[in-house]
Order: sequence, then C-alpha cells, then structure tokens
Amino acid sequence: MSSVLSESKSAVTPGGPARTTRPTSKIASRRQRWGYVYVAPFAAVFAVFLVLPLGYALWMSLHNKGIATAGRNVFVGADNYVKAFTDPVFLEGLWRVLRFVLVMVPVQVLVALVAALLLDTLATRLSQVSRLLIFVPYAIPAVIGALMWGFLYSPRFGPAQDLFGLVGLTAPDFLSSANIFGSLVNIVTWQWVGYYMIIIYAALRSIDPSIYEAAVLDGADRRQIALRIKVPMISSSMVMIVVFALIGTLQFFTEPQVLRSSAMGAIPTDYTPNMYAFATAFNYSQFNYASTLAFSLGFLVFVGSYLFLFLTRKQSGLK
Amino acid sequence: MANSTLLSRARTERATGTPVGQGRRLGSHVVLVLLALYFVVPLWWLAVASTKTNAGLFGGAPLWFGSDFALADNIAGLFSHQGGIYWIWFRNSFVYAIAGGVGATVLSVLAGYGLAKYRFRGRSVFFALLLGSVMVPMTALVIPTFVLLSGMGLLNTMWAVILPSLLSPVGVYLVRVYAQDAVPEEVLDAGRVDGAGELRLFFQVVLPLLRPAIVTVLLLTTVATWNNFFLPLAVLRDPNLLPVTVGIYNWQALSNAGAGGEQVWNLIVTGSFLSVVPLVIAFLSLQKYWQGGLSLGSVR
Repeated sequence: MSSVLSESKSAVTPGGPARTTRPTSKIASRRQRWGYVYVAPFAAVFAVFLVLPLGYALWMSLHNKGIATAGRNVFVGADNYVKAFTDPVFLEGLWRVLRFVLVMVPVQVLVALVAALLLDTLATRLSQVSRLLIFVPYAIPAVIGALMWGFLYSPRFGPAQDLFGLVGLTAPDFLSSANIFGSLVNIVTWQWVGYYMIIIYAALRSIDPSIYEAAVLDGADRRQIALRIKVPMISSSMVMIVVFALIGTLQFFTEPQVLRSSAMGAIPTDYTPNMYAFATAFNYSQFNYASTLAFSLGFLVFVGSYLFLFLTRKQSGLK
Repeated sequence: MANSTLLSRARTERATGTPVGQGRRLGSHVVLVLLALYFVVPLWWLAVASTKTNAGLFGGAPLWFGSDFALADNIAGLFSHQGGIYWIWFRNSFVYAIAGGVGATVLSVLAGYGLAKYRFRGRSVFFALLLGSVMVPMTALVIPTFVLLSGMGLLNTMWAVILPSLLSPVGVYLVRVYAQDAVPEEVLDAGRVDGAGELRLFFQVVLPLLRPAIVTVLLLTTVATWNNFFLPLAVLRDPNLLPVTVGIYNWQALSNAGAGGEQVWNLIVTGSFLSVVPLVIAFLSLQKYWQGGLSLGSVR
C-alpha cells in the first residue's frame, strides 16, 4: 500500500523535470522579461497597500505625537512596544483571542472533518442537498451573520425560549458576560465550517479509490479507513485550514464588534486586540499607539502561523 | 469467493468513497441532516422574520410566520426610511464588490501567470514575499492604510475601499499554482513557433486554459469585498458611501441605544435578508464552478 501512496503523491507533483532544461538563447532570455510586464500591476498594488502600510505602521510605532511634542512626530524607540506589552488591556485581549483559538479552531476543524467524511461516504440526493445547506453560511457577510445570531440569542426576539421550553427548560442568557464566549464561538463556527468542509471534501474526492479496495482486502473496517487512510492523506488540506482559522481567529473583530450593542456590557470596546487598536485609533485618535498594537498583533499572527507551518511541515508537504 | 464479492462491492460503491452498511447509512444521514438544520435554521428565521412588522417580531412564534405578511411593507419602508438610503448602500456594495473583485482578479491572473511561466530576475524572491504576505493579517493594515489614504486625500471616497481591495496575495498564489500545470510549455512554444506574440498567446491560449482558476479567484475576491467591514468602517464617514454591511451595523447600534422612533428592527431584519440574497443565489447557481475550485490550492 505504501507504493500506492507514494505513486499517487508523485502524480500530483507539478511540472516534472522537463522544465529544468530550458533553452537559454538570447531571444528566450529576453522573452522572460515579459514576466515583469505581467507582475508589475500587482507588484504596484502590493507595494502601495501592503509594504508601504506595514513600513508606515512600523515607523509610526517608533514615534510619538501629542501636545507635549507640539503635534510633531518624535522618535521614541521601543517605548510604545514596552507600553504595549505591559498594557494589561492588550495582554488580556491577546490571552482572550488565544483562548478563542484553543476552543474555536479545533471545534471548527472537527465539525468540518466529520461532515466531509460523512459526505464522502454518502452520495445520495439528501447528502448533496446537505452539503449545499452546510456551505450557505459562507455566503453570508460576517456582519449579517453576527447580527442575525444577535437576534436569535436575544430573549426578546429569539426562538431559544420556545425551543428550550419544549423540553421543559429555561433558555440561558446567551448575551451575558458568562456566556458570551460560547455564543461567539458558535457564530464563527456556523459561519466557517461549510467552507472548511468543502475544502476537505474536495481533497477526499481526489484520493484514488483503489486504495480503499486494497484496504478492504486487508480487512480494514470503515473507521480504520477513515482514520488511518483518509485523514493522513488529506493532512495538507487540514494544515491549510488550521492556518486559515488561526489567522482569522487572532484577528477577531467583526463578530464581537457587531454583537457589542446587543450584549449590553458583556463585550467592552477592548475585548480583542484588534478592537482595542480600532478604539485607540478612532475613538481616542492615538494613531501611534494604535499602529504599535496593530503591528504587534500582525507580527504575532505572522510568527504564530509560520511556526505552525514549520511544525507541521511533514504533514503539509511544504518544506 | 468472499474476497471477490467484497471487491465487487467495493467497486460498485466506488462512487460513494467507502463501502457502507445499510444501518450505518441511516445513522450517517441523520447526523448529516441535523448538521444541515443547524446551518439553515438561522437563515430560515431571517427569512420568516423579514415578513413581520416591528410589533410582530416581539410576539408570536419566532420560527413561523405571523398573522400579517408584511414583507412588502418592510421593503416599502426601506425605500422611505431616511430617504431610501438602504438602496444607496446596496448599490455601493455592488460597486465595491464588482470593482474590487474584478480588479483583484485581473491583477491576480496576470501576476500568477507571469510568476508561473516566465523566469525573470527576482522571481523567486517576489514569490517568497508573496507567500509570506498571505500570513499578514489584513486588519493589521487598516490603521496605517487609513493614515496613508488620508495623506493622499482619498479618505471618504469610493477609492478608499476599492484600491486596498485590489490586493489579493491568495489569488495570485492560486493562479500561479494552477497555471503551472494547466498551461503546458509545449503549447506556448508551439504558439511562438507559429509567430504569435506574447500578448496574443496570453489572450487566445492562456486565458481559456485558466478559466476555472479565474472563476474561483473572482468568487473569492468578490465575496471578500462584499463582506468587508473593518476597512469601510474605518475609512468612510459619509453615510451615502457606506456598503450595506456598515449601514445596517449603524442602524442596529442606533436601535439598541436609541428610543422608540429610532428602533427600526423590521427594517434591519428585512435589509439583512435582502442583502444576503444576491450572494446566496450566485453561489447556488455557480455551484459547478466553485465546488472544485475552492480547493485549488489545497489539493497539492
């Protein structure tokens, strides 16, 4: 079976050796410069809206501006970073999104994996319809999704009281400080599982079914096929999904921001690092400190996802 | 004998992935239907609630229609409330999504193809930068972008939303990965031998070959711009420039904070419902394109 695995792996490696022996005549090498023409428009946008803002954020984070400096930017070195990483509000926000990562990412990936594995074993009409229905929330803007769940959670509008009443229970207050964490996890899970499921499902469909036949001959049962063959073979998709979920969760902003006005007092303006940076910039006009917060968060996200990719390089096939 | 029947069963069930017993299938279906319900019931609530009056939203069964069917009244309300500003937001969302989506797709296709098929100086450095930038959280860019746009005098204009939306490193990456295999060198070389210029090759040979990747990137970037919230929230002040997401967010914040006259719950609900209809229809009708395409980058 290992030979089957390695064969199917080499089959998807792009290109092949033919590419390395390119003709290197003068005309051919001049032609390669067309590459600049194709890449230039994107490179311009990349420079202006990614490199420049990042560089500018770094510059602003190393300066300060205020009444004391007569409204001019003055170089302050790492002062802002010292302030940020000793700022209890920022640290608490970081710790909170980290807790969201620890709960939300496994929940999303697990539900998506279970749904995709079920879909992969069933090819009925019903399962096709289910696949579509599970995916639909991806098409709903996060703002609208959060707003809608805000209504559903609300004791004034929502069906929770009725549904819990059916089994003789009282619905909890989803928007209280004690429950808001779980309520937010639920919104994000609802929004993203369908998308992750489609990615996993497509990866499952690309596995050569003759591998399953071989496994059946060897006496493998359904669970073994799922856990020992399917999951390892789609590990690169799983790694990608975890990275997406990780990056998205650390930047958590839209859902708590929208739910804030429904959940009276349960979500402060500095609930997540991104909300804190936003409030610092637009409520208090402290753009230097806000840039420091944004740059620090961006840096941590970058390092975090890079570290994760490095640790899982065997599974993802990225070397 | 036993082996061969097993094998033939495995073969007949190939389309379904793995062999499954009848009882198991029932169980799997039940789990699947429960999952589908979880994902769809909130949307059902939204659809039903959009047919209710402000008073009807507070009483009666939340998951079923009320005594009066007020969808038409609510839509009329969206035309009259604040001079019908909702429809301006709706139009703005379309402008942003189409300009941002099409623009980002054009740039991604050009750059992805250039990176895949031309070996120019600096190519690998640029590709490494691109891969790194996929991991840069876009929200970290919003605050410095705000200050930069303010310097360029573009704050509070449509450009403030459209221009940053043109950036899609993931789009470039997807096209590059796809073009590597989908556009064979032999085809390009054959075209060159026939005397076709590089641009003609691109338009007549390459573009048709890249169609699945183009549709996927267009879908991803359009959805991303349509759903965008943080950027327009930061860079737009003029109510007439807001996309529907930010506009409804403002209504909701006002209704939660404000007195009776500002509480337009029925309009918020109906407005939310109408704003999700275009994308849901687009996804359902373009199924065959995105189902394979969304996983482009992950299969390898």
